Amino acid sequence: MADQEEQNMIDIYVMGRRYRVPEGLTIMTALEYAGYKYVRGCGCRGGFCGACSTVYRKEDDYKLKMDLACQTAVEDGMFLVQLPFVPALREAYEIEDVDPGEKDNVLLDLYPEIARCVSCNTCSKACPQDIEVMDYVQAALRGDVERTAKLSFDCLHCGLCSIRCPADIKHYHLAQLARRLKGRYLDLDSSELEKRIKELEEGIYTEEYEEMLKMTIDELKKCYEERKFEEEG
Amino acid sequence: MIQMEDGYLYYPGCTLKTKASDYEESSKKVMEALGKPLVEMDNWYCCGAVQSLATDDIMHQIAAVRTMLCAQEQGERELVTLCDMCYNVLKQANKRMKEKPDELETMNEFLDEDPDYEGQVEVHHIFELFRDMKDEIKKLVKKPLDGLNVVTYYGCMLLRPNHVSIDNTEDPMIMEDILELLGANTIVNPKRTECCGSYHTVNRGDIVENRVEEIVARAAEDGADVIALSCPLCQFNLDYHQRVSDHKIPVLYLTELMALSFGMEAGLKKHKINPRGALKDFLE
Repeated sequence: MADQEEQNMIDIYVMGRRYRVPEGLTIMTALEYAGYKYVRGCGCRGGFCGACSTVYRKEDDYKLKMDLACQTAVEDGMFLVQLPFVPALREAYEIEDVDPGEKDNVLLDLYPEIARCVSCNTCSKACPQDIEVMDYVQAALRGDVERTAKLSFDCLHCGLCSIRCPADIKHYHLAQLARRLKGRYLDLDSSELEKRIKELEEGIYTEEYEEMLKMTIDELKKCYEERKFEEEG
Repeated sequence: MIQMEDGYLYYPGCTLKTKASDYEESSKKVMEALGKPLVEMDNWYCCGAVQSLATDDIMHQIAAVRTMLCAQEQGERELVTLCDMCYNVLKQANKRMKEKPDELETMNEFLDEDPDYEGQVEVHHIFELFRDMKDEIKKLVKKPLDGLNVVTYYGCMLLRPNHVSIDNTEDPMIMEDILELLGANTIVNPKRTECCGSYHTVNRGDIVENRVEEIVARAAEDGADVIALSCPLCQFNLDYHQRVSDHKIPVLYLTELMALSFGMEAGLKKHKINPRGALKDFLE
C-alpha cells in the first residue's frame, strides 16, 4: 500500500459512484483497478477492435466526450460509462446485386437516411479515430464510393458516430458497404498476385523455407532483424 | 486562387454527380469552349435541397455555410452553381448570414473547429454568367438551331423568392435571350414559371402528373419540339411523369442545346424521353 500512497491518486466516477484510482491508467485499467470486470465491451486492448466505446464528461465541462477506453488516460473528476454494443441497423444486400456502375447511387439506395445529413459534423467530433466522418457521408450522398471507402478506411466500428447523429445515419455500416463495393467492383485484380501464386506453387521459396526450419530461435531473430525489403515499384 | 479571366469556382451538388450528370457534362464543355472552365471546389457539402424558412432554424443553414467556408478557404469570392435547388438554398442561406450578423456569430460559434465565415462569398447561377457572355456565345455558334421550336421552363427556384431571383420574377427572359443567340425559335409560354410539383414526386406522384400534364399540354399546343430548363428536379418530373401523358416532348438542359449549337455533343444520355429524334437535324 505504501507504493500506492506515493502515486498521485485521482477521483473518477463510474456510473455515478466515486472511486480513487492512480493517475496514468487508461480508462479501461482504471475500471479494473476499481474492481470492475469486463465481460463485454473489451477486445484487443490496443485500439484496433473498437469494442470499448466509452462516454465521459469532465467535472468542469458541459460537453459529453467519446473515446476508446483502452486508448484514453483517466483524468481527475471524470464521469464515465461504458457502451458494450451499438445496435444500429445494418441493411442486408447481395454484393453481386449492387454494382455501383449500374445504378445512380447504391449507397443512397441502401441507406437513404444519409440524405438527412445537415453537415453538423457531430459524427466527426465523436470519432476516436479522427476520421472525417461527415465528409465521407457527404461523399456517399453524391455516389462517390471511392472517396467514402478511402476516408473511412481507419474505422473500427465502435458506433459512436451513429449514437451522436441527429439524423439517425448509420455511418459505420454505410462506410463498410462502400469499402466492400470498392473491393468488389472498383479495385483492379492484381496480375502480380496471380504471377506470385504461380511462382509459389512452382516452389520458388521451398529451399529457403527448409533452411529456415533448421534454424534456432536466435538465428531466426537475427535473420528477421537483418531482413531486406524489396524496392517498391 | 482561380483568376476570374481563367474560370470559375464551381459547386456541383449531389444530383449533378448522379442523376443529372448530363447537365454537368454539357455545362463543363460549354464553359470550357467559352474559355472560362468550371473548376470544382476542393471540398463541398450537400446544400440540403430545401431552404428552411423558419426564422429560428439555424441548424439547416449549416451545410450551406460550410460550403461558403470552403470557397473562402480556397481564396475565392465568386461561386457558381448549376442546379436551381442548390442555387436557391445557397443564395438564401448566404444572404441570411450577410444580413443577420447575430446569426452569423451563432453559426461561427457552432463551427468552432473551423475558421469563421466572413460572409464575403457571392453565389451565382450559371445562366447569370451566360447573360454576361452574349458576344462570346454568339461567336461560338457553328450549327444554329434553325427551325427548332423551344419552350422554356423556369419553374420556381431561379425566380422565387423575389430577393434571390436571377431575372424578372414574373417575366424572365434570360433563357429566351440565350436561345435566340443559338438561332432557335423560342416560344414564350405562360406555364414556364409555374411549379412542376417538386418533391411531391416522392410520395404524391399524382400531384406531379397533373402539374406536368398542364405544362406539357400547353407546350404541345405551342408547337414545342423540346422543352429547355436547368433544374434537375424539374427535368426529372417533366421527363419521367410524361409517361402517363399523350405527349412525349423531350426535356433538355439549356446547356445541352448550347453544346449542340457549338458543334459538340454533350449529355443526352439519361433522358427518359429520347431527344435524338427531335434533334436529328443538329446531331452528326
